[in-house]
Amino acid sequence: MHQDIFIVDGARTPFLKSRNRPGPFAASDLATAAGRALLARQPFAPSALDEVILGCASPSVDEVNIGRVAALRMGCGVKVPGWTVMRNCASGMQSIDSAIANMRSGRGDLILAGGVDALSRAPLLYSDAMVMWFSQFAAARTVGQKAALFLKLRPSQLLTPVIGIMRGLTDPVCGLLMGQTAENLAHRFGITRRRMDEFSARSHARVIRSQGDGLLRSAHDGMPAEIEPLYDAKGTLYLDDDGVRKDSSAENLAKLRPFFDRKYGSVTAGNSSQITDGAAWVLLATEDALRRHDLTPLGRIVDSQWAGLDPEQMGLGPVHAVTPILKRHGLALDDLDAWEINEAFAAQVLGCIEAWKSVDYCRTELGLEGALGALDEEKLNIDGGAIALGHPVGASGTRIVLHLLHVLRRSGKKRGIASICIGGGLGGAMLVEAV
Amino acid sequence: MATYIHWQLESDAQGLLWLTLDKAGAGTNTLSGEVLEEFDKVLDAAAALAPKGMIIRSGKPSGFVAGADIEEFLQIKTGADALRMVRRGWDPFNKLAQLPFPTVALIDGFCMGGGLELALACRYRVAVDDPRTRMALPEVMLGIWPLMGGAMRLPRLVAPPQALDMMLTGRAVDARRARRLGLVDVAVPVRVAENAARMTALEPPQRRKLPFPASLMTLGMVRPLIAAMARKQVARRVRRDHYPAPYAILDAWSKYDGDPFRIPEGDPASIGALLASPTAANLIRIFFLQERLKGMGKETTFEARHVHVIGAGVMGGDIAAVCAMRGMTVTLQDQNAERLAPAMGRAQSLFKRRLRDRLRIRDATDRLIVDTAGGGARQADVVIEAIFENLEAKRALFAQLEKIVRPGAILASNTSSLKLADISANFANPARLVGIHFFNPVPQLQLVEIVSGEGTDPVIARQAAAFVRAIDKLPLPVKDSPGFLVNRVLGPYLQQALRMVDEGVAPETMDAAMVRFGMPMGPIELADVVGLDICMAVGRELGGDGAPPKRLDELVKSKQLGKKSGSGFYRWKEGKAQKGTAGPVDDALIERLIRPYLLEAQKAVAEGVVADADLADAGLIFGTGFAPFRGGPLHYLKAGT
Repeated sequence: MHQDIFIVDGARTPFLKSRNRPGPFAASDLATAAGRALLARQPFAPSALDEVILGCASPSVDEVNIGRVAALRMGCGVKVPGWTVMRNCASGMQSIDSAIANMRSGRGDLILAGGVDALSRAPLLYSDAMVMWFSQFAAARTVGQKAALFLKLRPSQLLTPVIGIMRGLTDPVCGLLMGQTAENLAHRFGITRRRMDEFSARSHARVIRSQGDGLLRSAHDGMPAEIEPLYDAKGTLYLDDDGVRKDSSAENLAKLRPFFDRKYGSVTAGNSSQITDGAAWVLLATEDALRRHDLTPLGRIVDSQWAGLDPEQMGLGPVHAVTPILKRHGLALDDLDAWEINEAFAAQVLGCIEAWKSVDYCRTELGLEGALGALDEEKLNIDGGAIALGHPVGASGTRIVLHLLHVLRRSGKKRGIASICIGGGLGGAMLVEAV
Repeated sequence: MATYIHWQLESDAQGLLWLTLDKAGAGTNTLSGEVLEEFDKVLDAAAALAPKGMIIRSGKPSGFVAGADIEEFLQIKTGADALRMVRRGWDPFNKLAQLPFPTVALIDGFCMGGGLELALACRYRVAVDDPRTRMALPEVMLGIWPLMGGAMRLPRLVAPPQALDMMLTGRAVDARRARRLGLVDVAVPVRVAENAARMTALEPPQRRKLPFPASLMTLGMVRPLIAAMARKQVARRVRRDHYPAPYAILDAWSKYDGDPFRIPEGDPASIGALLASPTAANLIRIFFLQERLKGMGKETTFEARHVHVIGAGVMGGDIAAVCAMRGMTVTLQDQNAERLAPAMGRAQSLFKRRLRDRLRIRDATDRLIVDTAGGGARQADVVIEAIFENLEAKRALFAQLEKIVRPGAILASNTSSLKLADISANFANPARLVGIHFFNPVPQLQLVEIVSGEGTDPVIARQAAAFVRAIDKLPLPVKDSPGFLVNRVLGPYLQQALRMVDEGVAPETMDAAMVRFGMPMGPIELADVVGLDICMAVGRELGGDGAPPKRLDELVKSKQLGKKSGSGFYRWKEGKAQKGTAGPVDDALIERLIRPYLLEAQKAVAEGVVADADLADAGLIFGTGFAPFRGGPLHYLKAGT
């Protein structure tokens, strides 16, 4: 059964860059703050939702089913089911797709879907050796046994915790860090360090421009503001995405050292997405729900696609997810009015552009007859992306869908695609139309 | 087993007796004479059954026991009457304390006054750990003291300093605090409370003994020393001729071990002496006035779930925070996120102070939603406007609101100086607008004026009162006339004092005079706290005759606006007025200062600003802190003291 799926509203928190210590908000605080503001302006009560689905790549141990935690904290009441989905970097796109699937199978017609991560609160873990020591200590009966164990304890074990986020950013199958997969793409398509840094500088410049225009913070073209402010326990206000830097010129970025393939690589912290905390939501409804609650749709999700590819090339996920959508709808790259491709790495977005331009890649990997062509970079991430805004993993998929809709309505255009690469060798994409 | 009217006595398979108080014909358990007389008989019956133990609990979902039946106090004429009434509880509570088997009070919900004295007479107390569970000995607030054994048993149980603090302030403690104090033996969730009571009765633990230094304090020789120290603290707060009860508590405990029957007739600690001063009668009067205000809005089933507040100034922000703290979803609107930040910060510190528990703080925080676009108004049950006092701005705002709010929603203004009729002049339906007038600081001040204009729908005014009750404040219905009740009466009073400054009377002397009279704060200090610019504006609004007081005018012109600007009539340091020494205070000065207040209160009643003199007294006591022991300004005028 094919049923139109409408986007009725959306909101996100400011994206707050990790400052190498736990940030001011837990993931559920972020999800609740943005979601409750979105729900407060609806003409229906939060309890009228059929369900709440939240994508999260690394929920903390005290809120593993964070979708349910957020639903309860947003005042949806005990009867609205809440659950959590996980598809790494696309968790916030998966939540939308899961909502669509449930709506199309008749399980609901009004669903709040979103994504969140508070990466600054990613845990430090004990090494396996240390865990073994704790286990022996707990089993030790006598004071003598315990003392002996203390003698065996090495301070280096205790003082070098495993950094949870580094584990999370390492592919468990191919063993590469995500940044190393981006180095693979740079190598494959001959993407220079200079190009990556220029791409990154442009991302910052675009974010600065859109912040200057106040577009993210104010209602426009029938859409409520994209960003809802946050206040911490001291009443401090967080209003804007704070990872963007005015001094991120290509020249300055060129000074940074390669982070993943040390010394000889070209992917740096400056041309990669930032580690960030944030949450985003979209409110999805079927036509029935629009009528029942007298809702005005802002956009429509026309199609979605998931694709798999070699984990070592995971950055090309968008190419594999977008191409089938284009084929299904008979669209060329140029037929789209706006593009959002999540900027995990500059090399990775540039890699996607190169892959579509490459006759060889399009033939062998996509089964096309020739190259798909050049993606117009003036239509791509026109307000910047994760390199400047940050990539709160679970939230990014929702953010790009929501922001794409903002861009389309603002420019009076019709159709766009949001796509994201996914650690582990996946890609996701959604075709969105303004209504 | 015999049947009773108010009590149920049942035995279980384990040999325990379960004694349930379920006062007939009442929603709340109070210890009326009938209840206590029957209790005495039940205890005899219980003793005759020689059970393994007995658990006393409430059959009411609302709580354990609310205290004595205060209606009965009204029949007391003499000290002998009072002692007869006390005897009805004193004797059975002693009987309870002497039962040869373990007794356990199972406390779920409030446990006040006589109720706590009953629980104290049990060997053990098990409390349900829930914010609803509150224990207090509030007798001092009625001008008396815990006469049914509380003043004797509490100090032995929790140590004299803590017991005196509870008795002198009337403050309530929750289950966790009670557990720390040793007031209860066990504090557990409701799911295991019954089992905890059962196990306590079947396997009675060692009874709690006071540790060494504290136990010393209960000795007859040491008690006067402790009492003397406490008396110094009491003297700093209240005068014995105004409030004799706190002093009586200290005497009764230190000299007579809390036994009212050992106190000789005529002793100032005796119940006869307390009742001879008008204070007790006036405080009991205030209790009933408060009950009357609490009953406002009971007729309606209106329930406010979502409140929308517009204007995140100190007033609007605090209204929003209080509503969120009381469980409502609140959207707080102002022009931009920056303007909302101070309100969000203040809300956080309020939640931390009042709720303490981490999860309850989080939940209140989650319920308070900033809303710069104002979309929350659409869903709200109550919309409160708290923007600056400008008629055009308010009219424009309400014109928009009227179009978008739900049909049944209350539209309210927190205006203190504008006429409702002016604000609602161009409403499609002017009957919708009601005034809900809060006082600053909102979290502390209990009174809220419910203002009805000529056209205001009385149903909406009642719903507004119900909303105010739901945030645990006291609604006072008033007519839409300048200053309503509270500010109208304060106006001439402050003007008089401010003019006397121009005559050369020292602010310190006037403040001392009115504190002596029994006001919580003198008029000049109050003016500084309210803000001199506001005093000036209010003076003008209320048609102050002619030119403003000179000194006030000078201060306002030089931007010395009182506490908020660091100086006014006083210099302010760390929130305290830096005062010089007061001059001598005589009755003539007091009379001159208070007269405009009293006359204005009379005029307000005569003009029908409130329905009757009692409501005016209630409003002025809870709204301005008018000397409670005097029973209210109009009562004071009538009594002539």
